[in-house]
Amino acid sequence: MSNPQQLSYSKEHEWLSAADGGASTVGITEHAANALGDVVFVQLPEVGAQVTAGESCGELESTKSVSELYSPVSGEITEINQDVVDDPSLVNSEPFAGGWLFKVRVAEQPADLLTADEYTAYIAG
Amino acid sequence: MSSTEPNAPRRTALDAVHRSLGATMTDFAGWDMPLRYGSERDEHQAVRTRAGLFDLSHMGEITVTGPGAAALLNYALVGDLASVGVGRARYTMICRADGGILDDLIVYRLAEHEYMVVANASNAQVVLDALTERAAGFDAEVRDDRDAYALLAVQGPESPGILKAVTDADLDGLKYYAGLPGTVAGIPALIARTGYTGEDGFELFVKPEHAVRLWEALLEAGSAAGLVPCGLSCRDTLRLEAGMPLYGHELTTGLTPFDAGLGRVVKFGKEGDFVGREALTKAAERAEAEPPRVLVGLIAEGRRVPRAGYAVVAEGKVIGEVTSGAPSPTLGKPLAIAYVDAAHAAPGSTGVGVDIRGSHEPYEVVALPFYKRAK
Repeated sequence: MSNPQQLSYSKEHEWLSAADGGASTVGITEHAANALGDVVFVQLPEVGAQVTAGESCGELESTKSVSELYSPVSGEITEINQDVVDDPSLVNSEPFAGGWLFKVRVAEQPADLLTADEYTAYIAG
Repeated sequence: MSSTEPNAPRRTALDAVHRSLGATMTDFAGWDMPLRYGSERDEHQAVRTRAGLFDLSHMGEITVTGPGAAALLNYALVGDLASVGVGRARYTMICRADGGILDDLIVYRLAEHEYMVVANASNAQVVLDALTERAAGFDAEVRDDRDAYALLAVQGPESPGILKAVTDADLDGLKYYAGLPGTVAGIPALIARTGYTGEDGFELFVKPEHAVRLWEALLEAGSAAGLVPCGLSCRDTLRLEAGMPLYGHELTTGLTPFDAGLGRVVKFGKEGDFVGREALTKAAERAEAEPPRVLVGLIAEGRRVPRAGYAVVAEGKVIGEVTSGAPSPTLGKPLAIAYVDAAHAAPGSTGVGVDIRGSHEPYEVVALPFYKRAK
């Protein structure tokens, strides 16, 4: 399992891309997807909603459990991934690509986001 | 932590195999067990359409032997075990004097004077203690055989063909809920046609030192037919679809078999007294006159998944509680088993929902099971 170098990571196992066209893309990491098991339902924030770093903004249901989705940054939701709503298994099959969750116009980025190497060390624990 | 730590989870004889397969492990009733190897939904579908291989070595085997073995089990359990033929098995329960369910069991009659009781891992010690205590005065011996067996299961429509490739035992003559001693891949095994998936299948009780060899032989024999290793996660969704109760969820010490809709396992007609007879007689009358909550199936209209403990609601009131819930790979919808008030328990009852973290999601009430295999 490798965590893409160009992304930032939260300790709640979300990844965040660098801003592109004013918005950053958010998803959950492969490590988190593996821990959840097969994701069967994804509830995402609505476009236009304000999210706050570290606060719940949706949920992910797997066979065994339901997990809160945390936003790694504060800002406004500009787009959600309808493909992943329609086919939640994308979270498992392509966590860093087609399984992205939402795009956010970042207002504030916490200082404690991790680099790929730091996150890899963090989950190795 | 060292492995000698008293609270460290126990590991089955197949532990190294699971780890080499990259299994996600989970603590289950004090055992470190494979939850899944890859996708639990793929594992579930493999069992429904082809075959799956399970390590169930956490199950608790207790052997009861002696001329008084049948009489002891008829006294200690609610079923009529004396009437079970040699080579056959019976689903039954062990209850407290007050009728509360201590565990549900499968009992195999291995010989005229020898039975094997298979208890849930979480209750094995309780069942062992109760049987030992209840054995006083009977000409029978109760033996803890938990460490004497590993248990592998091959489940799914392809399982007879897979097993036939590695055994000469008469599988066609082996009926559902029967077991016979035989040899599988050169390994002595008790071959039972039982399972907890709603599919045809076999459970193989072998010595722990033979478990790895048997596992590998089965995987090799079954790979062409699509046999894959399966974890406890899909075992739970398989039994849920099949409407089979799980101790700690649908069955507890707070319920009698009649409360759980399983009064048929209590055999009042058998000879002699048995533990719980008086209380269960009253429980049967109560269930007849004034039915308690009824165990029903619920099928979601939406996609949010009900979980154990969630309230079942109707007209803004709590009318029951979910005991098990999961997304169903076969039906493609979330399912639940729930105890609901008798007034709302009829299949098709309208206005029933589940409170999923504050929002009332509509559910259809159905009779169990959700899934029945084509025979």
